[in-house]
Amino acid sequence: MSNTRRRVGVLALQGDFREHLAALRACEVEGVPIRLATDLEAVDALILPGGESTTMAHLMEPALKQSIQQRAAAGMPVLGTCAGMILMAREVQDGRPDQETLKLIDIGVRRNAYGRQIDSFEADVTSAAIGGPAPAVFIRAPQLTGRAADVEELARHGDQTVAVKQGNRLALAFHPELTPDRRWHQYFLSLNGERR
Amino acid sequence: MNDRKGTWKVKAGLAEMLKGGVIMDVVTAEQARIAEDAGAVAVMALERVPADIRREGGVARMSDPGLITAIIEAVTIPVMAKCRIGHFVEAQILESLGVDYIDESEVLTPADEEHHINKHVFKVPFVCGCRDLGEALRRITEGAAMIRTKGEAGTGNVVEAVRHMRAVTSAIRKLHGAGPEELVMEAKRIGAPADLLEETARLGRLPVVNFAAGGIATPADAALMMQLGCDGIFVGSGIFKAENPSARAKAIVAATTYFDRPDILADASKSLGKAMRGLEIGAIPQEELLAGRGW
Repeated sequence: MSNTRRRVGVLALQGDFREHLAALRACEVEGVPIRLATDLEAVDALILPGGESTTMAHLMEPALKQSIQQRAAAGMPVLGTCAGMILMAREVQDGRPDQETLKLIDIGVRRNAYGRQIDSFEADVTSAAIGGPAPAVFIRAPQLTGRAADVEELARHGDQTVAVKQGNRLALAFHPELTPDRRWHQYFLSLNGERR
Repeated sequence: MNDRKGTWKVKAGLAEMLKGGVIMDVVTAEQARIAEDAGAVAVMALERVPADIRREGGVARMSDPGLITAIIEAVTIPVMAKCRIGHFVEAQILESLGVDYIDESEVLTPADEEHHINKHVFKVPFVCGCRDLGEALRRITEGAAMIRTKGEAGTGNVVEAVRHMRAVTSAIRKLHGAGPEELVMEAKRIGAPADLLEETARLGRLPVVNFAAGGIATPADAALMMQLGCDGIFVGSGIFKAENPSARAKAIVAATTYFDRPDILADASKSLGKAMRGLEIGAIPQEELLAGRGW
């Protein structure tokens, strides 16, 4: 796999963006924290980290939201983990009635679907995309409620789809960034980008 | 399925997800909704905010489970609750309610003057207060998966929070370049486990997430604590004892994200109404200071 991305943005409004920036460093790619729309101009791809999706949606200025949507529509690769997956989803259940998402991938999700924190867990998740099992951390994780026909399932855990891809947009219900295994980040970095 | 619940990674991991966020004290379901609307990453459910505990006196205990359940049902964000230092049965009750994080807190009246709770035996994670590095590492070795500096709760005065955060960060800075035998001596001197002190020295920070707490009342206070190196903010009395809680809550959330942008902080600090009145630490009788509880 070749790392063609030069600079990868990580949404840094709230959450575990530091861990994603460290994962990018481990992949020898420059990570750039993104808080304002102007920050996005400097990057070729974007990661939406774990955290509280309601807080991140609240803090995202309209101009940043719009830029992310425009760049993603033009083909910018996007990875979302946990809260990031919720932000990418077209529909959210058991969220707040006014919970606005970026609608970057045609999936529905249910927030906190595994239960409360005592039901959070670690497991090994197998995917052909990364060539076998990898450790995954599920923290108050969302579950998929539905997906469009062109949304590809990359991994299952039990009876749940936990990793999906549509075009070059990748959404994971878990946190690869909390483990030392970098294969999910490598896989994301191998996805083709937009022509700029 | 090989699901492993209640592991250290899962406990410390939730704290990682709260970073860069604000955790707000709430005493009703309605306040919890205001906090969530304002962008809180979690709420702390309790019967009285620290300012009222301080004023009314008496023994402060775990909150009514009915109130905690009502708050859990009102919001989608994590809900924390406090138990007394050493009161492991209050902690068992909070765990059974489905609370997402337990704060073993000096704000409540300690139940045990020698022992903190053995937090390793719980599936639910714990956050504990500290005034310095030794205290932080003692709590982590007992199983705390998140630390907050104590500050002086219920005062609306940030000076103690600053003192405790500076104590932790400067003690960590001093570890830089220390050899193994020096670390062993330092561990002994500050009463910390040597392995955790070594890990702290290697990381250049605490091995778990560290929030600031106790006296934060304005957006500038929150940004100050973030610039001093904390990972996020607890606001107790500072929001719902202020004139306009909703506006102040939103402003403190913005200030925690844009802590290094004075232009955005200036904008967030405008027209918030009166902050809570606040107390001079020197005016509080020594025996009424909360930070001295725990060891």
